[in-house]
Parts: sequence; structure tokens; C-alpha cells
Amino acid sequence: MTTFDFMGKRKIAAVVSVALVVVSIGSVIVMGVNRGLDFTGGVRVEMGFDSAVTAEQVRGILTGAGFTEGVVQNYGSETEVLVRMPPVEGVNQSDLGDRIVATVRAEFSDVAQRDLQFVGPAVGEELAENGGLALLVALGVVMFYIMWRFTGKFAVGAVAALVHDVIITVGAFSVFQWTFNLPELAALLAVIGYSLNDTIVVSDRIRENFRSVRRGTPVEIINQSLNQTLGRTLVTSLTTLLVLVVLLIVAGEQIAGFATALTIGVVVGTYSSIYVAANVLLTMGISKQDLALPEREGADETS
Amino acid sequence: MFNPRNQSSGLGMPSFGLPGGPRRGGATGRIAPWRHLVFALVITLGGLYAAPNLFPPDFALQISVDNSDRPVNHELLTELVDRLEFEGIATIGTELANEGGLIRVMDANDQLHAGAILQEHLNPLGEERQFVVAFNLASTTPDWLRGIGAEPMTLGLDLKGGAHFLLQVDMEEALAKRLTDEVEKIKTMLREERIRYRSTDDAVQGNTLSVSFVTPQLRDRAIGVIEDEFRQPDYVLEAEETGGRAGFVITVQEAKLREIEASAVEQNLTALRNRINQLGVAEPLVQRLGRARIAIDLPGVQDSAEAKSKIDKFANLEFRLEAAANDRPSEIEQWPYEGRAVDLNKRIILTGDHVVHAAQGRDPDSGLPQVDIKLDSRGGEMFHDATAPNIGRRMAVIFIEHKPIVTTEIVDGERKDVPGTRVEERVVSLATIQAALGYSFRITGLTVREARELAFLLRAGAYAAPMYIVEERTVGASLGEENIERGVIAVAIGFGLVLAFMLVYYKVFGLIANIALTLNLVILVAVMSLLEATLTLPGIAGIVLTVGMAVDANVLIFSRIREELKSNPPAQAIPAGYDRAFLTILDANVTTLFVALILLTIGSGPIAGFAVTLSIGIITSMFTAIFGSRLLVHLIYGRARMEKVWI
Repeated sequence: MTTFDFMGKRKIAAVVSVALVVVSIGSVIVMGVNRGLDFTGGVRVEMGFDSAVTAEQVRGILTGAGFTEGVVQNYGSETEVLVRMPPVEGVNQSDLGDRIVATVRAEFSDVAQRDLQFVGPAVGEELAENGGLALLVALGVVMFYIMWRFTGKFAVGAVAALVHDVIITVGAFSVFQWTFNLPELAALLAVIGYSLNDTIVVSDRIRENFRSVRRGTPVEIINQSLNQTLGRTLVTSLTTLLVLVVLLIVAGEQIAGFATALTIGVVVGTYSSIYVAANVLLTMGISKQDLALPEREGADETS
Repeated sequence: MFNPRNQSSGLGMPSFGLPGGPRRGGATGRIAPWRHLVFALVITLGGLYAAPNLFPPDFALQISVDNSDRPVNHELLTELVDRLEFEGIATIGTELANEGGLIRVMDANDQLHAGAILQEHLNPLGEERQFVVAFNLASTTPDWLRGIGAEPMTLGLDLKGGAHFLLQVDMEEALAKRLTDEVEKIKTMLREERIRYRSTDDAVQGNTLSVSFVTPQLRDRAIGVIEDEFRQPDYVLEAEETGGRAGFVITVQEAKLREIEASAVEQNLTALRNRINQLGVAEPLVQRLGRARIAIDLPGVQDSAEAKSKIDKFANLEFRLEAAANDRPSEIEQWPYEGRAVDLNKRIILTGDHVVHAAQGRDPDSGLPQVDIKLDSRGGEMFHDATAPNIGRRMAVIFIEHKPIVTTEIVDGERKDVPGTRVEERVVSLATIQAALGYSFRITGLTVREARELAFLLRAGAYAAPMYIVEERTVGASLGEENIERGVIAVAIGFGLVLAFMLVYYKVFGLIANIALTLNLVILVAVMSLLEATLTLPGIAGIVLTVGMAVDANVLIFSRIREELKSNPPAQAIPAGYDRAFLTILDANVTTLFVALILLTIGSGPIAGFAVTLSIGIITSMFTAIFGSRLLVHLIYGRARMEKVWI
């Protein structure tokens, strides 16, 4: 078993965590999150051509037809072009995608519409609201479950770790201005699930050791627990990261954002289960009294 | 005092029926025989129900009758197959199913060509459509598997291609329409009692309707007549004096509003299903979503513009009498007809809502297009009552076409949706009533296109309220195939890497974990197939993630066993490792499951697909990692009195 003095560095870790959280929140406030079509509303059309076409050519055609807003880019290969466009004034929203394709088709008869998505702005707003709500509900439910199974201090520690992970993951998306869409929101919730998994495994061991180890300060006991679970924490993170990297490389553009969000979340979540949750426990002054077993259960075991 | 070492193992909780319990001899503890049986049964069932997914479906064309008198039978299918083979397209089988026929072809390209050929063969241009030709995928699951109810997973639109729409029902319109009907009802009742009321155009405002009278006495008599119809708790009826006028206001209450909304959505759903059946799509899905939304999935549809034009359009008919000499001016409206102006009475005798059947046809004498119409019984009575006393007068048929549009305006820098409707209405015929009309009659004066559309739209049934498309996702078939391919590769590589890692890191126990992981994948696929869950690309991501995370339970157990081995012989270390890790695993998985279920409840589309596989994966992984791997450990180490275990 390793014998790292994890908690000896807890002050440094706290500074790092706070700094990352502050930078993330700052970035979200200053630069915002690059919300994708699912949340802003608009049209996204993926078109395939028989031969190579540049984004400029397509942009030229669209601008010529009066579609001046939006993003046109090559997507995946030279024969594929992606157009994203916010709702255009005076155009029936659900016709916009068809009009874009028709406009391009007038110049390139070989164009095939591979993928067309349209989301009304009202629906987008709703999706964003529901997503935020889901995050809060998830955190609340988790907090109550841990309060029931552990104690209030563990619940605070776990939720602090989860909030930390979510904020930093969103922060990374804000700093790099990656598009944040529905799949990325799902990834955020999966990050909560994953990080929680980690935090509970560590908390479980801390609780166990507080009850079974007779000697030792809280710092020593937590250090021992973290060392005992370190192997498992690393192995599970490693297998999960393995599959995420595969998803990132193989599964294509549609899953890439999702895999990126989860990868960041898993890395941060692994760190937070070691440093944030345990750190909060120590800061709140966790003691053996907090974890004393009720008399009844003790009597069962000794019989 | 209690023994704290023992405490830690069970935390005072029962061990949830895990293998273990009292240990009497054997290197890994005794394991009750029924556990082997349960495990064997689950593996067998899992294998059987996952198996259909190994048989990729054939591309197929589905033929069903639309207006033809000729049934789809073997004779017809043979004729079609001959025709396809004449055109150089090979077929690989036909069958009769669901009041229709299936013709299987080799690939997507052949399917596309064959579709066009059959369309031309079965449906001559310019006539009513005889048969519906739809693209479909035909199962290749062997009959014995289908016999036990085993079917492959349903693929989402992002994997097989198709169009998805989300429609918003305009509830304000639904309410306004319904309340206008109520006003008409009140006016009819008052006319029957010969109570004079004032005509206004703004009788309906939001959720209230108001009628005014010349004197309070008339108003009070009117209330006496209608109050039975507009009672609490559905309505609140109040007398009102405004600006010297006496009137009453009826306010529709919340519960009734909900009921009106529900029935409007229900009517729209029915009409929409009818229309979509006309589109010729195999296995479409139309369902209500929330309070005022309808979701439509049209697998295989590539031309979303064509589908859209059939979905959100809204046509209706109005029958009105030509104004008579003694009509009051307030009751008269002027309409253009054949280049002249005609005066029509504002009162609507009947609308297309009562039409039960409409067919496009041609007048046998003149060859001009016409629409034959049949009414429901109430419509028939209303029509008869209105026409019988008016023989000799002329009646106008007004054709109304609504096309809902939503445009965007920028208000204070923010984009706002502005729903609206483009309405085209015109008098299509003005003819003298020769005799009292009943349930069945015909309309002339339309162009061929109008006749076809009117017949289609009337047959499908009218919408209770306009609907707007608020979301659309169309995925081309080729992109779908690409997504499947990528998904399968991702699962294969991710799975392989995890297997290799576990084997290297945990040796024999790694092998056990790998077997458990493989079983987990099989059972996950089997459960998804049995639940008829839809597999989407995010769903595949969920499977890959499950593979990565499912090893966690085994990792927890194995690292516990390693720890225990330092102070105990394997015979005690192995069961202790399983027991001590159990509660941790349970806590960790239950909380993750909560999160997955929250995802499932909020999520539509991509999120739901991911949440479904994640939830099922968590449950199956607990079964295989704890229950399954323990049995395997027992099988390998159970009999030997081993000194060393490879972990």
C-alpha cells in the first residue's frame, strides 16, 4: 500500500481548487458558454457533395441569397459542409433549413442533405431551463441520500466535490469556447454520477477507518483511507478514461463534445474525490463522535 | 463492547442475500446450489434475448393498400418481384404481414431504386393513389427466436435515418375556436327562445365570452335559458352592466380549460395519425408530449419538406347561405366569386369538422374534378335542418387553407417567436339548393390540385387548433449507417482495451472480471431488446461508458481481497473482500442510478437514450460483478485448498 501524505498538501490543493473554480466562474461570466443549437434555437444543416467544396463557396452562395448570419464550415471532410444559422427575421422558422438546402442545390445539384436539425428558440430556452433544474435536483437527491447513509458532513463534502467538478467542466467549455449542447449536458450529469461514485467509495473507507482504527488523528486516518482506496480509484479512472478516449477518437463529431466533457469530468472528479471531499470533511472537523454507531446495531454484531 | 473489526464488514446491515452468509468450509465459502441455477438461467435467457441483434435486418419495401380494390397477396407480390427483376434488381424474399406485403432487397441503393420502380408500377400518375410503398427494415431473426418473443433492439432515427418533428399546438387558438362554438350555441338557444341579443365580433376574449342585450330584462331571461348549460365548476356566469348595456360574462375555469386543451390535442393527434398514415411511412410514431406538444418520428423519411407540407397544413370548409333580402346588414359579408362580389350570410351552417369521408373524383359528365363528401350523423342533421327550409336559395362553399408560420422578430435585442397563420380562403362554389341535403353530397368548382388536397385534408380530419413545428431533426440514411459503424467500432475497441487491461492487472481474477463484463454486455443488450428500448448514438456512448465503469465493482472487490490477503489466507480473504466491498458498491451504484433516472425524466431525445443504457447498465453490472463473479471465483478456487491466488 502506498503511504502518500495526501492531507499534508491539503492547503495547496484547496488553493488550486479555489483558483480553478474562480477562473471557471469568471470565464463563464466574462466569456459565457458557447451554447449550441439545442439551447439557442436555430438551424443546423449538414450537406454532402460528390466532390470537394470549400466553405467559402457555400458561404458565398448563401450570402448572395440573403442569408448573411450564421457559420459555414467544412465538417469531417472536404466533401461535407456544415451550416449553422440562427432564426432569420421574416422567414418561417421551420422552412429555413429547407431554404438553405434549396439555395445550395440551385448551384450544386449533387448536394445531399445528410442531417438537418431545427430547434425553435422557445424550445431551446426550455431545454436549458430543464437541464439546469435537473442538475440541481440531482445534487439535492444525492445530498439527501448521503445524509441518510452517512452523515451531514459527508453530504456537504460530497456535494462540494460535485459542484466543484461541474463548475470546472463547464469552465473548461467556456475557456475554450467549445459548443455546449444537449449531449454535453447529459455528460455533465454523468460526471456527477461518476464523481459521486468515487467520492462515496472514499467516504465509505474513511467512515470505516474512523470506526475501526483506535489511534490516530483525523488527518492520519483520512490519509490511510485515501491510500487504501488509491489503487481502486486509479484503476477505475483509467478504464473509464480508456473508453472515453476511444469514444473521442472513433465515435465521430456528434459524440466528441460529450466525450470531451466526460473526460474532463472524470479527471477532475478523481482529483476531487481525493482532495475536495476529504478536505471539506477535515475543515468541518470530522471526528469519531460523528460516526459512532447506534447502540442497537452494535449489539447485533457482538452476539 | 462490540468488536470493531467485525463492525466494519457489515456495518450492521444484512448482506442482501449475497453469496456468502455463514461460511462452513470450502476455500471460498459455501454457495447454495440455487445461485448456480439462477445464474445459469439469467445467462441463458440473456444470450437468447440478445441473440436477435446479431442478425442485421434486410432492406425492404412495404406495400399496403390505399385506395385499390385489389388486395396485397402472393399474386401481386410475384408480379412486383418479376417487375423488379426485369429492371435488374435482385430480391431476396417476400412475405405477407400486417395487411400488407414485404419485399426484401440487397442494400439501401436497391431499396431506393426499387421504391421508385414500384411507385410507378402501382400508382399511375394523375389518379388517386392505389398502394402505399414505404421503405422499411425487415427482421432476419430466426423464427424460433421470434417464437419466444426475442426481437432486436429498435434503432433510433440517428442510426437508421429519418425525420423527427416536435409540434406545438396553439392553445390560444384552440380555446378561441372552442369558445366561438359556444357563443354560436348560446345564440342558437336564444334565437329559439326569441330573445334578441346584440351581435358583436369580440364576444370571445381570452378565457371569457360575453353577450350583451338591449335591456336588463332580456339579459335576465337569457341567463335563465342558458344557465343550465354553463354551470360551475366548469364555468362562472356573471351579469354585467357596461356603458349602459346589459350583458353577461362567462368565465371558463381552469379545470375546463385543461379539458378543452386535452381534447384539442387529442383531436389533433388523431388527425395527425391519419395524415401520416397517408404519407406512406413504415412504423411511424406519433405521441403526445407534455401539455401542448406532439412528437412525430418518421423512420426512413428523407424528404422532410414533403413530410412537413403534409403535417402542419390545415384546410377546412365552410358552408354558408347567400344573403337574403331581409337579412340585417350586420349579418352580411361580401366575398369575391368568379370576378363578381356576392353577399353571404355570416352564419356558418356547417364546417368540415363533421366530414367522415372525402374522396377525390371526377364528374362523370363534365370530367371536372370534384370531391365526394360524407358527413357524420350530427353533421347530416345540421345540414338537413339548415337546407330544408331554404330550398331555392343559393349556398356557398368556402375553401380555407391555413399554413401556420412562425417568424422571428428582434425585440429589445432578443429574438422572439411570432406565431402566425397564412390564411387563404375563397368561395369555390355557389349553387342553388335543389333539395334538402343530407349526409352525402359533392363539391365542385375546384382545381385538380385543390380537389386532391381538400380530399386529403378532410379525410384526415381537421385539427382542433393550428400546430407549429418547433423542432426538427432529420438524419440521412447514409449518416445513420455511418453512426452505427462508428458506434460498433467504439464499443469493440473500448471493450477490448478494458479486457486487456484487467487481464494484465488482475491476472486470473482479471479473467473472472472479464467474463463478468462480457456477460454484463450480453444481459444489457438482452434487457434493452426485451424492454423495446430505442438504441441511439448517445445510447451507444452510454454502453461504452458502462463498460468502462462496470469494472469498478470488481476492482473494488479485488483491491479489498488484495488487502485482506496480507493478513489472511485466501479462504478467508476472498469472502471477506466480497462482503466488505458490497455496501460500498451498493451506495455508489444507487446514487449513480438516481442521477441516471433524473436524466431520464428530464431528457428527451439524445439525453434519454443515454440515460436508458446507463440505468440498465448500472443494474446489470451489479448483478454480474457481484453475484456472477463470485460464482466464477468459487468455480475456480472453490474446491482447492489453495495457498496462493493470482490477483
